[in-house]
Amino acid sequence: MADMTSGGSGLSAATGTIHRHYRQLLMTRRLYSLLAVAGLAVVLVFALLFANNASSGKFLDRLPYLFDFIKNFVPDDPFEIVRAMFDLPSPYADGSFKYDYEVGRHYLFGTGFYIPEYFYEMLVTLNIAFASTLIGGLFAFLFCFVAASNLGVAAPLRWLMRRLLELMRAFPEIVLAGMLAAVLSLGPIAAIFAVSVHTVGALGKMFFEVVENADMKPDDGLRAVGANWFERVRFAIVPQVMPNFVSYFLLRTEINVRASTIIGAVGGGGIGEVFRQSIGRDHAAKTYAIVILLFLTIVAIDQLSGWLRRRLVGNAAFQFGA
Amino acid sequence: MSAIALTAADRTRLRKMHPELFAPGLFKRWGGLMLLAGALAYLVYCWSFFEVGPKLAEGKWERASVYMADWISWEAQPRYRFQPDGTLEIEHQRFSPLGENPDPDWMTALPGGREEVTFGDQSNRIEIATTGVIAVLGGVPYDIAFADEAAILPADAPAAMSEKNGRVTVDYGFAGSAEIRATQVLVRRRFLGWENFWFDTTSPFWGMGLPELWTSVTTGPQISPDQSNLSLAWNEFLTNSEWQHGDVLNKLLQTIVMAFVGTLFAATLAFPLAFIAARNVTNSRPANWLTKRFFDFTRSVDMLIWALVFTRGFGPGPLAGIAAIFVTDTGTFGKLYSEAIENIDDKQREGVRSVGASAADVNRFGVVPQIAPVVISQTLYFWEANIRGATIIGAVGAGGIGLKLLEAMRTNQDWENVAYMVLLILIVVFIFDNLSAALRSRLIGPTVH
Repeated sequence: MADMTSGGSGLSAATGTIHRHYRQLLMTRRLYSLLAVAGLAVVLVFALLFANNASSGKFLDRLPYLFDFIKNFVPDDPFEIVRAMFDLPSPYADGSFKYDYEVGRHYLFGTGFYIPEYFYEMLVTLNIAFASTLIGGLFAFLFCFVAASNLGVAAPLRWLMRRLLELMRAFPEIVLAGMLAAVLSLGPIAAIFAVSVHTVGALGKMFFEVVENADMKPDDGLRAVGANWFERVRFAIVPQVMPNFVSYFLLRTEINVRASTIIGAVGGGGIGEVFRQSIGRDHAAKTYAIVILLFLTIVAIDQLSGWLRRRLVGNAAFQFGA
Repeated sequence: MSAIALTAADRTRLRKMHPELFAPGLFKRWGGLMLLAGALAYLVYCWSFFEVGPKLAEGKWERASVYMADWISWEAQPRYRFQPDGTLEIEHQRFSPLGENPDPDWMTALPGGREEVTFGDQSNRIEIATTGVIAVLGGVPYDIAFADEAAILPADAPAAMSEKNGRVTVDYGFAGSAEIRATQVLVRRRFLGWENFWFDTTSPFWGMGLPELWTSVTTGPQISPDQSNLSLAWNEFLTNSEWQHGDVLNKLLQTIVMAFVGTLFAATLAFPLAFIAARNVTNSRPANWLTKRFFDFTRSVDMLIWALVFTRGFGPGPLAGIAAIFVTDTGTFGKLYSEAIENIDDKQREGVRSVGASAADVNRFGVVPQIAPVVISQTLYFWEANIRGATIIGAVGAGGIGLKLLEAMRTNQDWENVAYMVLLILIVVFIFDNLSAALRSRLIGPTVH
């Protein structure tokens, strides 16, 4: 890959000129790349210094002790984690919250059968995620045809719909949840509202991009036989875009499971909230039980949805960010 | 063109030839409808699981409109106390947005010791005297008299006037309301806008219009002996006690820094690791497997868990947020990059190898040019997403504007501050969306969306 460094030697005058110009272009390009990298490095250094100053613990001071808090997170014995997960009584029980595993049981059918607390909270989180993906998906489906540019929707309406979707996507979820929480009190309903609104925005954008990439020949055919707008959308566009829609929908489900754990931690209820409490109070066994449960659930959901998506649209990578 | 006419024989023949078209399977015919019915049934189940009905009924919906109005408006609450000698004493709320000695034009003193408050125009006003109050609603005056320590609702009172426990409330809509008691009148006067947005009432620049401010910072007499008026004004702006511009901007910058540094570090670490994880580049099963499981692990442990773990480790602040984004996205980027590498066209590598290039050169010129568009667009997408996402992990203590938003909402008093921060976040998201789109189209061309 090395260039001929002895520029001009043994070359004709014309070739020499071309070679000289080539080298000039190369140098300019390299200079620009170097400047860009240097600029990025300077910004990075300032960003790091700023972040370090703004943090209550400084990076270099904290680094040797970063995982010291793990010392507080040694369970009394490994089976404590199992007991915490399945709400079994602990032999170490001393009346404190640390060992009150049985308290959270959710009894079904009298007193014989119960759902362990963390499984129940996981169910709450999953229901938040699924319900808001469904609600968001339904609205995104309705809105995307209005926002797409190839279906002859009036330009002002399309513009308005796109801005609305952008606003729904960018509006901070935590404020949406907080607005409803002020009226209703904190809890899953506020979380569902927040995640749903964000889902409408995020899915709506992906959906209308799929619609815009659809083949318009079936639409032409239906138009030729006098179909109205709804019939054209229903029979020409929907069958084409449905596999991609479902694929994006499943991807959103994965993302929303994570989103609803986070929004749970700031008051939306579910597994996020109990996790924040247990890690804040140094309840080792409970924390590990939740981490394991959450990890397994997320892996299971990812695998299931990945398998479904591969069946639907093959190996096409649909891994775009939120 | 003549119409197509089918004979009975043709029909049976077509039916025989394409049975799948004329008698589709049960799932094909009803599958969509079944899925929709299932989804609706699930939503009904969620309705009862989360007790949505009772919760909605319990909600304090009457407050919602006040909270929403607070986003874009503010309220002054002067109180007219009746003194024993028949005069009125005006008392403002503590830290009143009107400043120390307010004399707004909607509060006027009338002859005879009476006071007048107007709500927008002269046909909506209230005249206060210790002996009785006249409320003028839409040009029609109503007399409110006092008896037995209680205010009495006039007989012909419209719906905008109501009485409860001896207190008459006159509702002037958005402009405000007046609560009339036998001992005092409490006026709530609402105005559109954000009060004292630039300078708070204790600042020397408070109440100045733009031209006035301009003269003050350019040619006006120096207010503080040891700094210029411009720097004093900037200082006063940043330390505005109600709006806390300095703190809000600082927290906003923290959020941006978290997303930027976290994403950049994650991409930098994931890029070389992805080459180890890719089957077609690194020919070692254990190395592939180990790197891929590492990616799966960091990706699948939720960002919330990492955020809380690092908040415990570093203490609250943007370092925890950077670390959480870095660790989670290392896994995501690693997975995406290694899949991109595994999907490349092998011919370019063979070509580079066939001229005797070293292993590093084979990857540099045989692999990187092919995966660059995917790597750049994915990294930029996640950068955008992280700017939005960093708000919320901040709320659990990982630095940035999230916690400030949460605190502002918790009191239910500062919705105008929430509106201000939301506006700033939306502006930042908008700027960075466009920046990343511009970078993307500049680096890899406009075709890849």
